[in-house]
Amino acid sequence: MTERLQQLSRGGPALLALALLTLCLLALAGAARAAEPAQITLGYLSWEEDPRYTEARFLARLPGQPWGRPVDGVKVALRDGRFTGKAVGVEYELIDEQVEQLDEVPAALARLADKGANFVLLDLPAEGVRSALQASADRELLLFNVSALDDSLRGEHCAANLLHTAPSQRMLMDALGQYLVSKKWRELLVLDGTQAIDQPLIASFDAAVKRYGLDVEERREFVLGSDPRQRGRNNVALLTKGDYQVAVVLDALGEFAREVPYQTLEPRPVVGSAGLVPDWWHWSWDRNGAPQLNKRFLKRAKRHMSGYDWSGWVVGKAIVEASLRVKSSDFAALRDHILSAELVLDGFKGGRMNFRPWNGQLRQPIFLTAGNWVAARAPIEGFLHATNDLDTLGANADDHQCKR
Amino acid sequence: MRKSLLSLALLAGLATAQSGWAAGTGNIYVSSEDDNAVIVLDGQSYARLGEIETSDRPRDLRFNADRTLIYAACGEGDAIDVIDIASGEVVKSLDVGDDPEMFDLSPDGRLMFSSLEDDGLLGVYDLEKDETIAEIEVGEEPEGVLAHPDGKRVYVTSEEANLVHVVDVQSGEVTHNIVAGNRPRRFALDTGRNELWVTNEISGTVSIIDTEANAVKAELSFEPKGFRSEDVTPVGILMNGARDTAYVTLGTANHVAVVDMASREVRDFVLVGKRAWGLGLDRAEKRLFVTNGKSDDMSIIDTASLKVIKSVPVARVPHSVLIDD
Repeated sequence: MTERLQQLSRGGPALLALALLTLCLLALAGAARAAEPAQITLGYLSWEEDPRYTEARFLARLPGQPWGRPVDGVKVALRDGRFTGKAVGVEYELIDEQVEQLDEVPAALARLADKGANFVLLDLPAEGVRSALQASADRELLLFNVSALDDSLRGEHCAANLLHTAPSQRMLMDALGQYLVSKKWRELLVLDGTQAIDQPLIASFDAAVKRYGLDVEERREFVLGSDPRQRGRNNVALLTKGDYQVAVVLDALGEFAREVPYQTLEPRPVVGSAGLVPDWWHWSWDRNGAPQLNKRFLKRAKRHMSGYDWSGWVVGKAIVEASLRVKSSDFAALRDHILSAELVLDGFKGGRMNFRPWNGQLRQPIFLTAGNWVAARAPIEGFLHATNDLDTLGANADDHQCKR
Repeated sequence: MRKSLLSLALLAGLATAQSGWAAGTGNIYVSSEDDNAVIVLDGQSYARLGEIETSDRPRDLRFNADRTLIYAACGEGDAIDVIDIASGEVVKSLDVGDDPEMFDLSPDGRLMFSSLEDDGLLGVYDLEKDETIAEIEVGEEPEGVLAHPDGKRVYVTSEEANLVHVVDVQSGEVTHNIVAGNRPRRFALDTGRNELWVTNEISGTVSIIDTEANAVKAELSFEPKGFRSEDVTPVGILMNGARDTAYVTLGTANHVAVVDMASREVRDFVLVGKRAWGLGLDRAEKRLFVTNGKSDDMSIIDTASLKVIKSVPVARVPHSVLIDD
């Protein structure tokens, strides 16, 4: 309220007087209302030592990587929901729990549940998400994975009470595949990372190659470093000689990838973890109300909004939307609405979103980002699906490993 | 903030040929979000007569009561420009607040209510005092604004909160928050039936609000042939004077729905350009003008046959259209 008054006071004493009057009226209206607003409590569970979230990585502003913790996104969504809350008589509360070690996840989840947080955002790597799942078995909880992209969480490690607002790695790679096909850039040089964290990304890319009929002309492994004995694997020029149209670099942490554009031996575009990067939000997207959301986020978090932030934001948005439609704070009613095909979620990327019933993944468009612009939005025109074109991205109803 | 007419010489020459550059000449005015101008077209030949340079990103357009002025909400210019129709110039820029998108005038023409999209406010500007007299906090991303002809109520949508707010003009208080569909955008009012129609862009529907009960009493959906329900993104809405027909632009479904208001049945779908949003009717209601934001043109529909008689290139991202006939 203070901020609002300051804002108004710039308009002069008359406005200030009006503001005070408005406040008095609001207070009266509040007093007249019989019932206290019901609480909807969200928990946010993260890991202090999460290697994805180091200050150095935030400052590097790598494309497709987090630029801060996604908790900033959910805070913006809940603030945005304050009018909705007023309209239906609920208030939203967020409880933050951060663990020092991943093995503390079950205890932290129990603490959140004991405080009434039935909706819990998991900002954890896949290992942490799995540990939260085991701990949630006997509790009435709906869990949202906001930052782990692993396909396995949407496949063999899926669960009935686990939803994913971050896209799977497979969805990101399918979006890239669609783009390459739409440009007829099918002949690829693929540079693969050799770290364990790169392997799921490589597997997802391979699935997209198969789905979209791309041609991998050459495939080489890269390593970080400047050891001359390793130059065949750490020197971009040596790695990128060959006959191909596009160089694809698959580097989950993006540290090597950023050196590739403009350093290739052949004058070729770079895509994947650098150059043209699939991402699920971008600060430059100027349609579907995105500029306003980006401005609100920038104002609150003092940085541009990334895909990870969007994943946090859209959980808040889903819960606010559910409370508007079911007009209640009842957990089961809210959960059922969120899980149902009736959910209409406006993710500010165009179109409606809801969760896939077969694996809990949020359907959503993916952006192909190029530095300071979105070059394309997938599904790309012409990529059609029998029921929902968003399902041209990621594992399908008849092609998934999730048994829940 | 004051802008001058760039192509004055060109306009003066053409205006002479077109029987005078004045109100009632039949000229058509279209705001172009990306060209920062209001484009002027001849009302019969649709030839481009010139353009009026405005503050940045002009969107909603409205005449004053005697049609001597056009108000143009300029989002990135943080102003509502006042265009003098006779001279074809911006004569003033009203400092209504940041990022005005849509607006309406009180029945007496004194107050201007504008949605200030970035700050989540409904701005109230007194045109006589020439100053903002109130800023009322509403849900994020307010868009459609409609001042009830009773002078007491103003309706404003919040695209983010999925609400229609009812604002009491006297107290400046939000008296009701009506739950709408997803991303409610714009309004049309039928005072005879006490119905306020609001387009819901994301849920693809029109909610019909009972203005006495302040509650949604019906919902319309649209199924143009060859499009999926998720392509249907209604934004613009316009009712004819007799309130028997409503026109609804369906955005990415590239159609205008023609709705029989009594039965609430869709009478027809008319194929127009890409991402159809803005709507305008001439006084005789014989021609319906539709701005297509993603094909940079305007479709002109014969309202009797419901056929597109012409598509006219306009400018980059055409938003709103007024016909000064």
